Amino acid sequence: MMAEYEAVIGLEVHVELRTKSKAFCSCPNVFGSEPNTNVCPVCLGLPGVLPVLNQAVLEYAVRTGLALNCEIASFSKFDRKNYFYPDLPKNYQISQYDLPLCRNGYLELEVEGVKRRIGITRVHMEEDAGKLIHGEGEDADCSLVDTNRAGVPLLEIVTEPDLRSPEEARLFLEKLKAILQYIDVSDCKMEEGSLRCDANISVRPVGTNVLNPKTEIKNMNSFRAVHRALSAEMARQCAIWEAGGRVVRETRAWDEEQGTTVGMRTKEEASDYRYFPDPDLVPIVLSSDFIARVREGLPELPEARKQRFVREYGLPSYDAGVLTSSRPLADFYEACVRGYPDPKTVSNWIMGEFLRLLKASDLEVAETKLTPSHLVEMLELLKEGTISGKIAKTVFEEMFRTGKRAREIVEARGLVQISDEAELARVVDEVLAAHPGVVADYRSGKEKALAFLVGQVMKATRGKANPQAVNKIIKEKIQ
Amino acid sequence: MELFQLTAHQLAEMLKKGEASAEEITRAVFARIYEVEDRIQAYVTVTEETAYQAAKEIDRKRREGEIPGPLAGIPAGLKDNLCTRGTRTTCSSRMLENFVPPYDATVVKKLAAAGAVFTGKLNMDEFAMGSSTENSAFFPTRNPWHLGYVPGGSSGGAAAAVAAGEAVYALGSDTGGSIRQPASFCGIVGLKPTYGLVSRFGLVAFASSLDQIGPLTKDVRDCALVLNAIAGHDPLDSTSAPFPVPDYTSYLTGEARGVKVGVPREFFGKGLDPRVGEVVRAAISRLEDLGAVVEECSFPHAEYALPCYYIIAPAEASSNLARYDGVRYGYRAAPEKGGNYNLLEMYMRTRSEGFGPEVKRRIMLGTYALSSGYYDAYYLKALKLRTLIRQDFNRLFEQFDVIVSPTSPTPPFRFGEKAGDPLVMYLSDVYTIPINLAGIPALSLPCGFVEGLPVGLQIMAPPFGEGTLLRVAYAYEQSTPYHLARPPLKGEPEQEPVEKTGP
Ligand SMILES: [Zn+2]
Repeated sequence: MMAEYEAVIGLEVHVELRTKSKAFCSCPNVFGSEPNTNVCPVCLGLPGVLPVLNQAVLEYAVRTGLALNCEIASFSKFDRKNYFYPDLPKNYQISQYDLPLCRNGYLELEVEGVKRRIGITRVHMEEDAGKLIHGEGEDADCSLVDTNRAGVPLLEIVTEPDLRSPEEARLFLEKLKAILQYIDVSDCKMEEGSLRCDANISVRPVGTNVLNPKTEIKNMNSFRAVHRALSAEMARQCAIWEAGGRVVRETRAWDEEQGTTVGMRTKEEASDYRYFPDPDLVPIVLSSDFIARVREGLPELPEARKQRFVREYGLPSYDAGVLTSSRPLADFYEACVRGYPDPKTVSNWIMGEFLRLLKASDLEVAETKLTPSHLVEMLELLKEGTISGKIAKTVFEEMFRTGKRAREIVEARGLVQISDEAELARVVDEVLAAHPGVVADYRSGKEKALAFLVGQVMKATRGKANPQAVNKIIKEKIQ
Repeated sequence: MELFQLTAHQLAEMLKKGEASAEEITRAVFARIYEVEDRIQAYVTVTEETAYQAAKEIDRKRREGEIPGPLAGIPAGLKDNLCTRGTRTTCSSRMLENFVPPYDATVVKKLAAAGAVFTGKLNMDEFAMGSSTENSAFFPTRNPWHLGYVPGGSSGGAAAAVAAGEAVYALGSDTGGSIRQPASFCGIVGLKPTYGLVSRFGLVAFASSLDQIGPLTKDVRDCALVLNAIAGHDPLDSTSAPFPVPDYTSYLTGEARGVKVGVPREFFGKGLDPRVGEVVRAAISRLEDLGAVVEECSFPHAEYALPCYYIIAPAEASSNLARYDGVRYGYRAAPEKGGNYNLLEMYMRTRSEGFGPEVKRRIMLGTYALSSGYYDAYYLKALKLRTLIRQDFNRLFEQFDVIVSPTSPTPPFRFGEKAGDPLVMYLSDVYTIPINLAGIPALSLPCGFVEGLPVGLQIMAPPFGEGTLLRVAYAYEQSTPYHLARPPLKGEPEQEPVEKTGP
């Protein structure tokens, strides 16, 4: 009989900080520039140059540590992690080894109504390496190096092996992303590499405390991929144990197309990074005043904002949870409510149409052409009866797509609701005349026939007719 | 004396009085270079054209009524590990033979702002590793006092150039004695400032926690003037000290009365050439004559300084030199004839062809010392020793204003004499290394001769005690004739002159 298994998962998350300049020089920290344009002697590690810590990196790191309930070290230092690789300009990476800036934190998750506390082992600062571009076709024998990314500030966030399922891992990452965006330290775009994640996973029968050999999964570049990769790896490991085999400790890559994890070549020896304190950088000594100041500057975090939404706007807890799941969405919501103070109506539109369109177009809130004032204007048109609810959905979709204002769309496409009784009566007459059979059905008591007739009027007016008025007119005419 | 033999402050005085122009002084120094460089071989790169431009610019300013500082218009040489924008910076290594930095070291910028006229880049032991300048990948530099002898190292080119009048002063770097030991061998003044007093930005790193840039000059006043120009906080170097610096010439009072001088017995024991010991003891008596209070003291961890240094310096060097891999700049080895190579082979060929034997030896030592399993036994232990050495100095400086010792245990030695045995060569720096480990300042100044070869007196002070150091050194110097002696360029070169690689 098959035992029931649970996963033991720990994550290593790399977050790119959205500081204006790089970690140790004043080069701009931006994505998508021409190769090797955001570089200087310092981030290229040319002979003789020295790194100087960007104070914003330190502040962002402390902010992150505090938001993740970590202890902030009053004394920490930078170390060098030595290894040869062509995209690593100095052939060592400035990182933190035995004295990370933040440690012993946690993040709380709610999984199926149960509160779970996931331990954060450490958060440390380091610099990113460059990027290798391998030649293709005729250039297959050459590789190019783009060093724009070299020296970009990163945080490495390492969790305790406290996650128990792929679903929990995904929830954790979503929550982490929300927090990082709330405190404004990263844009967390996985597709641009500003949030990267590796996972350690082993499985064991539920109810036991054994620690089986784990594998490390790399190459996951979306939350969906993390979930799929961990599910696939969990299934693979369970099957091995069931078959009486043994999982071996190794590094595996996620193959998105095949939907499986595949073993990477394992090195004969463990890598020896020869860590030692970087003599070019003085130790980091933080005063409790500094830490307190950063703490005071922290914005409202997702959990607190959710509670406030319930309290202040009278929203159901579910709505509040969805709306506060990302800071841009929550900001959007609050801006709308300021302009149109009917919290539940606004919530319905955002949770319904807005999220549906976002998902369908695979866009982030900030990437859409729709602003809160767009929605406010549309809701006003709806309220004053200028447009019908049905038309409103059409208008919303067009605002989302084109960024045009609601009034502009309504006027340009002649979508103003027809409430004029005389005009509607004329259309009703036409419809009744065209469908004598249905009229007869209605008269003989078939209630459904009325809906059909109303539908025909709506069709004839291309949705502009005020449905309540049409209803009333038809009833009057037929009786 | 001819112009090239004068000190910076003497020349500055002449410039001020209109007795010479910067251009004339520059001509005199380049004439001297043409006259003796064949025998000395101090320069890797000579920058004559830009030197004249700079000199003319200073003369123009002076004509227009500007009063430039005391170093304006004075020709200066730079050790070839100080980055110079547009002028190649080789570290006397094949690896960087054609490396032209796109930036100036902070000290170069500061001197340029002070109106310095740069004569060129001076020979050194490859990547500053060595005590004789025999490790230069290009050619050895010779000691102007006797061409059969080494000038010391690793700032051997800088020391020889200043002593021979091929530059009025020079900047060198000192990781374990690389300014003081060649200054001692060439009979000039060399100062290793407090770690952090002078910015290291633009100094090609050997061992970052030990390296410090400092002046090599003909006398103590010049030393103070150059230090004035290069000291001070630099936002580009986070290890640089964030406070203002005094005018160091204000310490040159000629007074040494009441100065408490400690003489650690460990620096006068086994391994010290008795002839050097005799000269240095005489110098200490001279200090007593000047009213200093001299007392013997103990430096208990002295014997651990050398092994401690030879763990820490190579460990840092192994990491600092990892960037020389043939990928982005500098030397890249070609694949074997007609063949191809993969990345690892390219790395290995490049580094085995590009680095000389001493550099490779230290990279291997350092890599080993940092490897997992050995870190605790070597590197961590060395760090602990370093703390003990610092504490020794702290204790001594509670009692004494300065500590004195010989700079080097021996007078200059002949070419090849120690080159075959690295361990014997390493002993050359036994008295200078503890200073770098502790980060304190120390100065070497001429205090006599052994068989016509110069001997240096080393004076050490607590951190940022450069003022005291200069005060004592100046008082001693003004009461002795050694700083006035100029080398005779006698003797025969042991080797045929080597053809030099031009710029
Ligand atoms: Zn940069």
